[in-house]
Amino acid sequence: MAKMQPTIVELEHKAYALREDLVRMLEHAGSGHSAGPLGLAELVATLYFDIMKYDPERPNWNERDYFFLSNGHCVPIQYVAMAHAGFFDKKELETLRKFGSRLQGHPERTKLPGLENTSGPLGSGLSQAAGAAYTLQYLDKNPKRFVYVITGDGELNEGNIWEAAMFAGKYKLSQLIVFIDRNNIQIDGPTDEVMPLEDLHGKWESFGWHVQEIDGHNVESIRDAASMARAITNRPSVIITHTIPGKGVDFMEYDYHWHGKPPNHAEARRALHKLRTLDGKITGEHE
Amino acid sequence: MTDFHLKRGIYSEDVEREPTRAGFGRGLKQAGEGNENIVALCADLTDSTQMSKFKEAFPERFIEIGIAEQNLVTVASGMARAGKIPFTSSYAAFSPGRNWEQIRTTICLNDQPVKVIGSHAGVSVGPDGATHQMLEDIALMRVLPNMVVVAPGDSVEAEKATMAIAKNGKPSYLRLAREKTPVFTTEHSPFEIGRAYVLREGDDVTLLGTGTMTYQLLVAAKRLEERGVKAEVIHVPTIKPLDTHTIVASIKKTGRAVTAEEAQYAGGFGGAVAELLSEKLPSPLKRIGIYDRFGESGTPDELLEHFGLTGDTMVSNIMHFVDTTPQYHR
Repeated sequence: MAKMQPTIVELEHKAYALREDLVRMLEHAGSGHSAGPLGLAELVATLYFDIMKYDPERPNWNERDYFFLSNGHCVPIQYVAMAHAGFFDKKELETLRKFGSRLQGHPERTKLPGLENTSGPLGSGLSQAAGAAYTLQYLDKNPKRFVYVITGDGELNEGNIWEAAMFAGKYKLSQLIVFIDRNNIQIDGPTDEVMPLEDLHGKWESFGWHVQEIDGHNVESIRDAASMARAITNRPSVIITHTIPGKGVDFMEYDYHWHGKPPNHAEARRALHKLRTLDGKITGEHE
Repeated sequence: MTDFHLKRGIYSEDVEREPTRAGFGRGLKQAGEGNENIVALCADLTDSTQMSKFKEAFPERFIEIGIAEQNLVTVASGMARAGKIPFTSSYAAFSPGRNWEQIRTTICLNDQPVKVIGSHAGVSVGPDGATHQMLEDIALMRVLPNMVVVAPGDSVEAEKATMAIAKNGKPSYLRLAREKTPVFTTEHSPFEIGRAYVLREGDDVTLLGTGTMTYQLLVAAKRLEERGVKAEVIHVPTIKPLDTHTIVASIKKTGRAVTAEEAQYAGGFGGAVAELLSEKLPSPLKRIGIYDRFGESGTPDELLEHFGLTGDTMVSNIMHFVDTTPQYHR
């Protein structure tokens, strides 16, 4: 799809616009995950509005890039981005997690055009993406399409992830570009207490991957890292994307208690105020 | 009489024998010739599962996954998303034994046409012992929405079943055996997913077999006839969707039924028939299978006999059932 390259400032604004809709959506849903999706706003905004090739009018367009969300619980931020991108009306965001909604609590491909996979149980999205990347590289021999993935960091506890890491390394799946949301939290606490992951950089490198580490709230870094990853033609790429869970809402930041719960009405109002203030749009309390 | 083409000479000592996995190997190659979107993935058991025939014919469409069954089916799910029809193979104990959740989420809920081929199912795996004798796979696969479950009766039918699941556009499980088993169907015998076939007519009892146990029921029926019992034998290669019409129609006539499978008697094929009958046509039912225990090492013949899964060992079991159970619906 032909589109204008957005400016850095536009992408930054987009990330905050996604956060605002995310907070409203989670409050409305009354359940769901807050911290992870908030932390992913810059990454998802940059993927959907700068990096990836797709057409919301033709979700199965055969020249699109693939996007596999491996940590399915973070799908709310993807839904918001898809609504902003025109896959469906923003009004539908209010149906998140409601009976009969296409926006299931965890993403289901068969329910919503534009989703490439069904995920929630952790550790399987990377393999699915690797399957698509293998197909592009070896079976279809189409170097123009890329496969983007977001995985969590807690998710890296899963053995299935390392099976996929070995597979992609063996076959040098260079069209596979993985962002690890390195926010250092999982349900039972900090990742390094639950199950230490370091040396993460060294682990991926030893599996044959090209490794980058970036600030996940810097859209320019995200854009540049993706560009570098696309230029690496002899290895799969992983980008360890350091993010702050709950980013943009001060009382949620760094707090793993916000992993799996939504804001109530008062909290949502505070959060929205915070987001708008940070974005420099307004200085007062608005609804 | 039925128009199912039973092979001639199947009751003789020198009946032709071939493992069902061999039929799969031929069928996959043939399916691959007809459709270039068919790809094959294996977890380090390419010869054992007979995927090697496809690999030799289409090396560029064969993907070695290594000993990683979770990755096997999830990579396949992604390839299906990218337009392919992936066949995945391993031993049934490992796939679907090891990777059930991945099959559930990324194949069934995700509704992708990935084919899970579980070879070496049942106690007839033999000396490898209980770890490798998969008995729970029918129950595990049958309970999944969207999944089609097929246990072919012999190698000729396995070939047809492989070609059929290549075309059905659905998640599918194909249950195969390691050992050579008698070939009782011919290339002219019908095979359609979701159909059961009456192989032999009778009105004293209905014998329902799936997989290679159908042959054993044919042998048992012959012995039963010598004792004056006319058994109707129905072959049920598709466990899901179950051909309820054919099964119910037969039991309305005979008034009682026996199922046989080389698997746990709970939750599997016998379980499916029990569910059907209790809702649609309550009838006396005897389930032959493995009774809530694991297998063990031994020769295949020893084990089948020990567990009462040969035609001869089934006869006394069925006779007892017939002698002690009334015929309903008559």
